[in-house]
Formats: sequence, structure tokens, C-alpha cells
Amino acid sequence: MAFAAFATAEVQPQAPRKKSRIALFLLLPGILYLVLFFLTPLVSLVLTSLQAPSEFGDIGQYDYAFNWQNYVDVVEAYWPHILRSFGYALAATVLALAFSYPLAYFIGVKARRWPLLQSLMLVLVIAPFFISFLLRTLAWKQILSDESFIITSLKALSLMAPDAHFTGTPFAVIFGLTYNFIPFMTLPLYTTLERLDLRYLEAGSDLYANPFTVFRKVTIPLSMPGIVAGTLLTFIPAAGDYVNASRDFLGGPDTQMMGNVIEANFLVLLNYPAAAALSIILMSAILVLVGVYVKRSGTEDLL
Amino acid sequence: MSGEVQAAAVLGGLSESEQLDEQRPGRRVRPRRLGLGDWLLPVYTVIAFVFLLIPIVYTFVFSFNDSIKSNIAWRGFTFDKWLNVCNVEGGAVCEAFGNSIVIGLVATVIATTLGTMIALALVRYRFRARSAISLLLFLPMATPEVVLGAGLAAQFLAVGVAKDMTTIILAHTMFCISFVVVTVKARVASLDPALEEAGRDLYGSPAQVFWRVTFPLLMPGILAAALLSFALSFDDFIITNFNSGAVSTFPKYIYISASRGIPAEANVIASAVFLFALVLVVAAQVSRAARAKRLAKLS
Repeated sequence: MAFAAFATAEVQPQAPRKKSRIALFLLLPGILYLVLFFLTPLVSLVLTSLQAPSEFGDIGQYDYAFNWQNYVDVVEAYWPHILRSFGYALAATVLALAFSYPLAYFIGVKARRWPLLQSLMLVLVIAPFFISFLLRTLAWKQILSDESFIITSLKALSLMAPDAHFTGTPFAVIFGLTYNFIPFMTLPLYTTLERLDLRYLEAGSDLYANPFTVFRKVTIPLSMPGIVAGTLLTFIPAAGDYVNASRDFLGGPDTQMMGNVIEANFLVLLNYPAAAALSIILMSAILVLVGVYVKRSGTEDLL
Repeated sequence: MSGEVQAAAVLGGLSESEQLDEQRPGRRVRPRRLGLGDWLLPVYTVIAFVFLLIPIVYTFVFSFNDSIKSNIAWRGFTFDKWLNVCNVEGGAVCEAFGNSIVIGLVATVIATTLGTMIALALVRYRFRARSAISLLLFLPMATPEVVLGAGLAAQFLAVGVAKDMTTIILAHTMFCISFVVVTVKARVASLDPALEEAGRDLYGSPAQVFWRVTFPLLMPGILAAALLSFALSFDDFIITNFNSGAVSTFPKYIYISASRGIPAEANVIASAVFLFALVLVVAAQVSRAARAKRLAKLS
């Protein structure tokens, strides 16, 4: 995902040839596919979000209209879910960054002398990808359940109130989101840190900067592309996720996010306009946030 | 390169650090102190990996649990679940697993073909609407899955298409294409044009040059992209959930049975897939290292 990829892999066409017929042949099927199954669905999502219930219809039957009231209704009904989505996603992104930066620094900078170790550690970072996302989350649910060794020990040590729970709380949902998206944060960070020219750091210390200042003024700015790519790769899927917050996984009744209500409205309540309006709100909010964030971090060229 | 592409590179065994092996034998980089001592970062790394691997180990261990129905409390060790994976619930787990494999394979073939063609066009040709096409390829990766899933489902509903295996494949192909383009594009861009020129100098027709020179050289990138597509499709739940109707896939099976407890057989399948992927990646890395050694001997 390729905020970074689009920047680094954006090469000037080599030997630009003018065989536009071949280019058209190569592009047309794939682009047509994306227009049909990506762009058009977005349009039908917008149209659906403005539908009104059929006058004599059954549940789940709607007519095309310009019922802007749908948007007001969903914001009124679901504003806590909207806030939760962005709050949880933000918390998970910050935690994942704090967790991943030292890890990526070790793999990308300190382990440069041992390439074999480096590639072994990269395999370990993506290892969670090889096991089902849902089973991973369920495993944490069981490891951190009220009867589990960890929670009973914490309670025995009075570090946790005897009647407190971990699963079902916002902390559990944020924990799950953080865990599940760590590889998305670590890999782009690794990619930029791997290319970090250590002579810049030496220059910093030659100019009498202490290690902390070198880190703040040299390392961080040079790894900004990785930080931006990693935070976006974590934030976007986390804001739309509904598995972690689901009651059967790490969440509870009070931790439902936007994804949960979109799912419930679309698949259970058959309230398609509400689900569509929520989806459009989620997507627009993410696009605006991403735009502002990328602008403020000074990495526009990544897009 | 981004996270996914990096993952693809590791999957395909062509991570760049590996490629640079030969060029930096024992080049010592002056260690830079963070002021907290040099042992802190390695210790942290070990702890971080333990943390990352805990749920995987848990899932693996509980695939040997002699459980009845739900797989929560440890009831003793058995190989039984590994030997009789399909015996539970009339083979529901295996049916879901089979569906996931079929969907993954078909979506991978279509997405890899279409994506490779786009990648070739993007690097090799100059044409108008280039930035519009880049945006169209980028947007699916920046859109939350729940929006992609709901959008497609709204479209299928509007057109009146019944949801089945085909709609799942159509959905998976859609989100895989962009990842294929990004992965293959990097490979096309790094091709040495001199090799193709040599092919043309030797009177190869454009088709011959493509199939005997360009395509084999692109193969590692295409393979990495295909593996990534399959992995994305196989593990997708959110988009599948919106577009699957009554069809079950492995992730969907887990989601639905989560409320009544997952049978240990699901752990068996997930563990087997994990081990298979691990063997694949390690084999790719080993063969890469062997090839690099052979090349070093030749030169």
C-alpha cells in the first residue's frame, strides 16, 4: 500500500515508445475491471446512501431519492461509534508506532552487519500474516480472558481489581488493533531505516549533538516517509475494522465501532441507506484526515 | 517499497538486503549509542518477537487439544484432530477451506494477469491520463475494506446479482490488482534494458523477446505478486462477509463459529497453512542464497 511504493517506485518511463495501441491493450482490461468493480460501486454507495424506504415496500426495499436526511439520522444515531472508530484507530496507530520503531531500527540499522539475521527477522515480522487474522485475535481473547493465567496473576498481585475484565473493554479492542496492524507499521519503517545513511548521524555527533538530539533532529526526519506510510497503513484499516471490536472477539457492547454498525445495518437490519451513508462518512473522513496529515508532515510527494 | 510490497519481496525471497549480501562482507558500521546501552535494543527486539509470536504458538498448541466442541480449556494432548480434520460438523471446516483455496487461486490468476499488464504499460509506455490511472490504482488500497465491501454489495444489490462464489472472486480480484501492480512495477523498473536489446539484436521478434527474455526476468516479481494476492484473498474476511451470501470461506467460518466456540480442527488447518507458508518462504530464501553463491563462483 503504497503511499511509499508509489513514491519510490514511480520511475520515469524507460525508453518511452509511442506504441499507444499496445499500451491501450495492456491497460484496458485491468482499468475496466477497476472501473466496474471499484469506481461504480462507490457511485452506487453514494446513490444508496440517499435512498428512501419504499412507500408500500417490505423491510429492505428502498427507492432512489435524494434523502439527505439519512446522513443526519446516522450521525445522530451513531456519533459515539464514529468517535470511537477514530479514537481507537488513533490510539492503536500511536502504540504500533512506539512498538515498531525500535524493532525496525534494530532490524534495519543495527542488524546490517548480519544480512541472514536481518532476513530471518523480516520473516518473523510477517509471520503473523501467515495465520488467520481471526484466529490470531481469538487466541488473544483466550490468552487474556478472565480465567487466563495472565489475568488471574494480575488479580492475585492486586494489579487489577478482582472484578475487572480485560476482554470487552476499549483497552482490549485497542490492544487487538495494535497487534494486528504491527507488521503494516514495521515494514515501511524498516524500508526507510534500512536505507538510512549512517554518515548523517556521525555528522550530527561530530557537531556535538548528543545522541538524543541526533535521533530527534536527524534520524526521525530522515525516516519520515516510513513513519507516514506506516501510520497510514495502520490507521486506515484500523478505523474501518470491525473484527476486533466485535462482541465475539475482543470487544463488548460498549466498544462497537463504525465497521460494526455498517455491518449490522447492511447484513442484519437490511437498512442499506444507513450503512451506505456511514460508509461514505467513514471514507470521506479518512480521505480528509489523510490529506491534512500528509500535508502537515511535509511528505506530499508520497501521494 | 511499502509494507505489502516488502512482504511480497520476503515471500518471493528477493528481499533487497539479501541481494546486497555479496557487496558488503563484514563492512563494519560504527555502532551508534542511544545512551541506554547497546544491550537494550537487542533485548527489546527479542521481547517484541516473543509478543508477536504468542498467538501463533497458542493456535498451534491448541490444534493438539483433545477438546470437545469448543477449544478453550486444555484437556490433553492428541494427534486426533490433525488426522481427522474433516470429521467435525459434517466437514464444514474443510468445505470452507476448500472454497477459500478455489477463490484464492482464481482471484490470484485474474488479478496477477491484469495487474502485470498494467505494470508493464505504466513503466514502458507514455500515455495521457497517467496520473488518473495511478490514482485509480492507489484508491482501492487507501479505502477501508468495509467501504469496499459495502460498495460492491450495494452494487450487486442494485443490479440484482445473487451473491455466491463468483461475487467473492470478483471482489477479491478487485482489491488484489493494485497490490500486483505495485509489486510487479518495481521489478519491471529494475530490468536492464540492455538484455532486451540483446534479444532484438539477435533478431528476436517482439513476441520472442517478450516471452524468452522479459517474461522470465519478470518471473520473480510476478510470483511474489501472486503469492501476495493469494495471501490477501485467503485471509480476507471483511469484504468477503459483505459479498458471500450463503457461501462459506475459512475466515467466515471462524467468524460465525466464534460465538459458539471454534473447533480444534480450525486450528489444525490454520497451523498447517502457517507451516506451509513458512517452508515456502524459507525455501525461497535458501534457493536465493544458493543462486547468489553460484553467481559469485561464476564471476
